[in-house]
Amino acid sequence: MASAVHLTSAVALAGRFPALSGVDLSVDHGEVVAVVGPNGAGKTSLLRLCAGLLPLSSGQGSVLGHDLVEDPAGVRRGVGFLGHAPALYDELTATENVRFVLRAAGLPVSRGAGALERLGIGGRIARTPVGRLSAGQRRRVALAALVAKCPALWLLDEPHAAMDPAGRELVAALIAEASVQGVAVILTSHELALARSLADRVVSMAGGRVSRIFEGQRSAPDDCRDDPGALGAPASGVAARPTPVPTLAGGAHVA
Amino acid sequence: MLRDAWLVAGRDLRIEARSRVALWQVLPFALLALVLFAFALGPDRATLASAAPGLFWVAVLFSGVLAVHRSVAIESGEGTRDGLRLSGLDPAGIFLGKAAAVALQLAALEVVLWLGMRVLFGVTIRAIWLAVAAAALATIGLAAAGVIYGALSGGLRVRETLLPLLVLPVVAPVLLAASRVWSAAAVGAVGAGESWLRILGPFALVYLAVGVVVYGPLLEAG
Repeated sequence: MASAVHLTSAVALAGRFPALSGVDLSVDHGEVVAVVGPNGAGKTSLLRLCAGLLPLSSGQGSVLGHDLVEDPAGVRRGVGFLGHAPALYDELTATENVRFVLRAAGLPVSRGAGALERLGIGGRIARTPVGRLSAGQRRRVALAALVAKCPALWLLDEPHAAMDPAGRELVAALIAEASVQGVAVILTSHELALARSLADRVVSMAGGRVSRIFEGQRSAPDDCRDDPGALGAPASGVAARPTPVPTLAGGAHVA
Repeated sequence: MLRDAWLVAGRDLRIEARSRVALWQVLPFALLALVLFAFALGPDRATLASAAPGLFWVAVLFSGVLAVHRSVAIESGEGTRDGLRLSGLDPAGIFLGKAAAVALQLAALEVVLWLGMRVLFGVTIRAIWLAVAAAALATIGLAAAGVIYGALSGGLRVRETLLPLLVLPVVAPVLLAASRVWSAAAVGAVGAGESWLRILGPFALVYLAVGVVVYGPLLEAG
């Protein structure tokens, strides 16, 4: 099977200045890659390029089999992007926001309730306009929309930002579950230890280039990847490999 | 495309219903403008009645800019523009949905303004179908042009001040034609009104067509 993401000498501009200066990266289906680096290193630009939001200026790139230059619309259909700022409408409730995302993607809205519950957004909170929720709760709602959409590539820009410890564990569990089901995940983080614990590989960036790639510490036995049911119940700690939930397992990935 | 338009229009109207900006800010502004025009013209009923159609459409125009501004603001939230680009929605459908939402808000505003004008200026309309047709076409044209220029200015920091500068000159023909049709409708001069109506129809159609084509690139450029 082809890589979920394949970039060769990828250059992308932010205005007149290069945000990415010749990035080579390949990410397989089911692989979790963490991107670390200082501010301005190009982490967010890399995610935006992979989401089809930042045009490829030179080099070559394909995401989920769609060429970044020839078919950016195809790329966008298959990815889920959690940016710094959650793409939510303040006046709409959490439920309405998730339903809008699903309807826009042509997916059944019934997926939304389970995803929100999974992210701890239920009951009264789900019926509250997201503008009144805390930053962490808003992030959970945005993540619920992504989980409900079930894309084949998750692009998570500092997914732990504004999250409490329980939220961080939940994010780690969701990433692990997604990976088990063949979803490729690229996430950014400023916390190297956290990035290593979540990822199969860690990509260090500086000045818009990949400066180093090293192994992550995520334990992922091959037999478990092929048999999600063999995984144990969720435990505390980011290295835990929880049981897949219907939210993720229920629908086919959007690719 | 129509499914996407329906989805976006429903979302925009729901957001407006929740925020109540149209109800508590745009509508009072329009009524206030009407009252201030009446103060400026003096108490003479004949003068007020003859100027009423023009004043009505000026009030609609200014209020329309506010409504468009609100529509742009929905997509200017943190990350929402990126969300829309990734949503899978057809840009033409997004444009039509946003224009429909603005048009419906303007139509509701026009009904209230019309009632206010009847009370304040004592104006009556004899050729009602003519006035309704002009209002429908003018409203569609204003909404379509507004949403296009709103998207054009949406990514700019100075959009609040730039939007009226872009929109008002463009929709001047709508102001002129709609005012003339309503003046003709007020006295029952259907023939005179129909000739101006022929300007409003093509204006609305052209801006709808332009919006369907350019909204995608404008969304990307923002």
